[in-house]
Amino acid sequence: MPAPPPARPVTLTVNGRRTTASLEPRTSLLDALREQAGLTGTKKGCDQGACGACTVLVDGRRVLGCLTLAMQAEGCHVVTIEGVGPHHPLQDAVVHHDGLQCGFCTPGQVCSALGMLAEHRAGAPSLVTEDLAADAVPLTSAEIRERMSGNLCRCGAHNGLVAAVREVAESGSAR
Amino acid sequence: MTTTPTRPRATPSTPPTAGRTDERQWVGRGVDRRDGPAKVHGDALYTADRPFPGLTHGWMVHAPHARARIVAIDTAAARAHPGVVDVVTHDNAPRMAPPPSASLLDLSSLASRSRVEYLNTDQVHYDGQPVAVVVAESLETARYAASLVRVDYEVLPATTDFRAARDTATRAKQTPAAPTVSGTKGDAVASLDASPVVVELGLTTPAHHHSAMEPHVTTAHWDGDRLTVWDPTQGIDWCRKHLARRFGVDVRQVRVLAPVIGGGFGGKGSVWAGTLLTVLAARHVERPVRMALSREAVTRTVGARTPTMQRVALGADRDGRLRSVVHEAVVRSSTVGGGSEQVVAVSTALYATPALRVGTEVVELDMLPNTFMRAPGDATGSFGLESAMDQLAHDVSLDPVELRLRNDTDRTPLHGRRFSHRRVPDLMELGSREFGWAERGPGGRRDGDRLVGHGMALAYHPALTFEAHVVLRATAAGRVVLRTSAQDMGMGIATVLAQVVADELAVPLDRVGVEYGDSDQPIAPPAGGSTQTASLTAATVRAAERLRSRVQRLGPSAAGSVLDAVRAHGQDVEVVVGHDEGLRARAGTLRWIAETLWGQRRWQRAAWGAHFCEVAVDADTGEVRVTRWVGAFDIGAVLNAKTAASQLRGGIVMGLGLALTEESVTDARTGRLVGPDLTHYHVPSHADVPEIGIHLLGDPDPTAPRGVVGAGEVGITGVGAAVANAVFDATGRRLTHLPLTPDRVLGLAPEA
Repeated sequence: MPAPPPARPVTLTVNGRRTTASLEPRTSLLDALREQAGLTGTKKGCDQGACGACTVLVDGRRVLGCLTLAMQAEGCHVVTIEGVGPHHPLQDAVVHHDGLQCGFCTPGQVCSALGMLAEHRAGAPSLVTEDLAADAVPLTSAEIRERMSGNLCRCGAHNGLVAAVREVAESGSAR
Repeated sequence: MTTTPTRPRATPSTPPTAGRTDERQWVGRGVDRRDGPAKVHGDALYTADRPFPGLTHGWMVHAPHARARIVAIDTAAARAHPGVVDVVTHDNAPRMAPPPSASLLDLSSLASRSRVEYLNTDQVHYDGQPVAVVVAESLETARYAASLVRVDYEVLPATTDFRAARDTATRAKQTPAAPTVSGTKGDAVASLDASPVVVELGLTTPAHHHSAMEPHVTTAHWDGDRLTVWDPTQGIDWCRKHLARRFGVDVRQVRVLAPVIGGGFGGKGSVWAGTLLTVLAARHVERPVRMALSREAVTRTVGARTPTMQRVALGADRDGRLRSVVHEAVVRSSTVGGGSEQVVAVSTALYATPALRVGTEVVELDMLPNTFMRAPGDATGSFGLESAMDQLAHDVSLDPVELRLRNDTDRTPLHGRRFSHRRVPDLMELGSREFGWAERGPGGRRDGDRLVGHGMALAYHPALTFEAHVVLRATAAGRVVLRTSAQDMGMGIATVLAQVVADELAVPLDRVGVEYGDSDQPIAPPAGGSTQTASLTAATVRAAERLRSRVQRLGPSAAGSVLDAVRAHGQDVEVVVGHDEGLRARAGTLRWIAETLWGQRRWQRAAWGAHFCEVAVDADTGEVRVTRWVGAFDIGAVLNAKTAASQLRGGIVMGLGLALTEESVTDARTGRLVGPDLTHYHVPSHADVPEIGIHLLGDPDPTAPRGVVGAGEVGITGVGAAVANAVFDATGRRLTHLPLTPDRVLGLAPEA
């Protein structure tokens, strides 16, 4: 492996706050959030884009923090689980529906669900959407499952998570 | 709560979930888990999240050979890299004492699954074995510098092919109080030969990884001979004792903290290389070290569930009544640890039979030791037995439920012990009703491109309790606090213990605090074997009794509630259950052993279940989708309807992975894992998980404290068979090799 290039100052806007840190080009957004910004709510489950535990919102879109270099997020608005609350209806619904056990995947599930709901509101179809030409795709449980499949949960809290997302989507209370 | 019945219907036997008016106000209710809000907000601090002053970061270098001798390690380039603190190898590492051998008198000896003396030896015993640890100021630097370490090996011959080494297997010996691996009753072979109907299946299951979402991580800090370790261990006390022994310090100088654990499933039950080497590196560099394992490092250094080869033979009369059951298994262990597994135990528990023979053989390979994973043995063994029963039902033209009713038993078929509690017919009735089993129609119905089928299987997991210590304190300020070193890896132990305390002392739930996850608290058993909740409930109930009686002796102020009395008394009242040290601790352990052995001679206690499912098999691609699931369970008394249902659902979901997608692949020539990560090892995703209906009998076990039987493992048992039986119903193809991948479903896979 060649020796890594040196660090340089990088300015990120995270949860509405501008912060500047000296970051190496190889530093992922995930590590920058966790190790530099002290925002440890975003989790590292695999560090290779397989599990979704590090999902954050960059300019409103869900991305995997481990597959995004911190420098790629320069000038963007990053929202992590710490910036979602404190009392977002989806967070309350996940607790109520017991959509978690160990909780390690939960911040990623919540951020991913918020990004997914925005994608759905914007009319994005999924693999299981039957009528691709429809103006509004009904957000069934099958649609939620398909669209949330990038976020793994090993405790098996899937039913509760889907119920929570569905409840919030139907009440229209998601941002 | 939502138990998501597939057809809404009030089930009289479902435990009450709200509005209870009897004196037990909280136990049974689906109270939200206490750590839920912190976890959904990202505020819960897992081990890797905790800031630590002066922290350094460790990264492992893995051996690329199954057997080898390290000739030389060149660490110069790594050491010269800016930010590297040191590189620890067997050339410079502090010495560790060898691991203890297993003993019933010291259960912490079970924490050691591997005999490898990491970084204290030049011998490599498995592919992936850590041979160096780089310690650096940053994670990136440690990871990069690890790539600069050069190791020369003398490669040695290794045995790494499970199938090819089948002939080297040795028979597993049965020891008292251990799970069943062998036994005979009558002449099972002669009975089999004489039976009018015989079913014989050869089955295989692959190795499985626990794949907890939180990778293993340890933070270790030495202050002289005082050691503090943050580690998401499932066994705080075992981990602490193991580290004290390995590093030659008094156990009172070691503190292990695991307040938040990101899943375990058995994978965090033993002390693996990562934990040991973090502590070792911290001692060497004399600074705090954190080693957050990569997913690859977890997979290569933490043992997996053994693959199995099984043979199940059933002999029966034409009316389906069993005459003989033979269940044999071969499991994979290691030359440096691991062990046998109770794959055949399920066949000594489920069905009446006059003749029975079960046996287990162990193949030892030059590989990472195998370890327990959710329902060890029972998860894979139930695939064998329950697939064979399904085939028998087909061969004698009986409904699979009717066949199981005909072979029901109230005694263990091997030893003739009574079950403390067994209502399998009620479970099958409840499950069939909720599923609509009678209305399912013939198998193989076509729905577009898909063939629809239905399957069922029983679930079973033996129940044990361990010794547990607690301290219960009622404060003059009006609170009650329970302290125990219990581990919560997601089961909700603090939530249910608070419910138990609230009811036992008749105090409001929000006045009860539970402190756990720290070895400075009284010793709790490890979170494993579905034992923790039952064990701690027993200790908590005893503590509450003592506290009540202490409060009654306070004199005039004893009138009214416990909290009123203590408040009037003006001083905290504290009671202790169990002793962590000294002669009384030893006496407690001996009493536990005696009670366990005595109990096992009288009765068999277990959790039970019946799974019912529907699958849709794509006739062209062979893809299996599970479309409906109902599970009916008897886990004794239900402490929290919500968290209990989640535990059972979680077991079923892991079972869906076992049935359809999970397979750890090893290159048999080299002993190296192929794709040791979550992109190659497929755990179920949202799209794989249908709505799972959970229905509970809620009937207390008469022999268990407060009637509680563990719920963590029974859910996964039987799931593999239920799915395979449904695929048989849909396609007419009896599949005996897991997972049921499309090539196998289409009959295109070459099978041994």
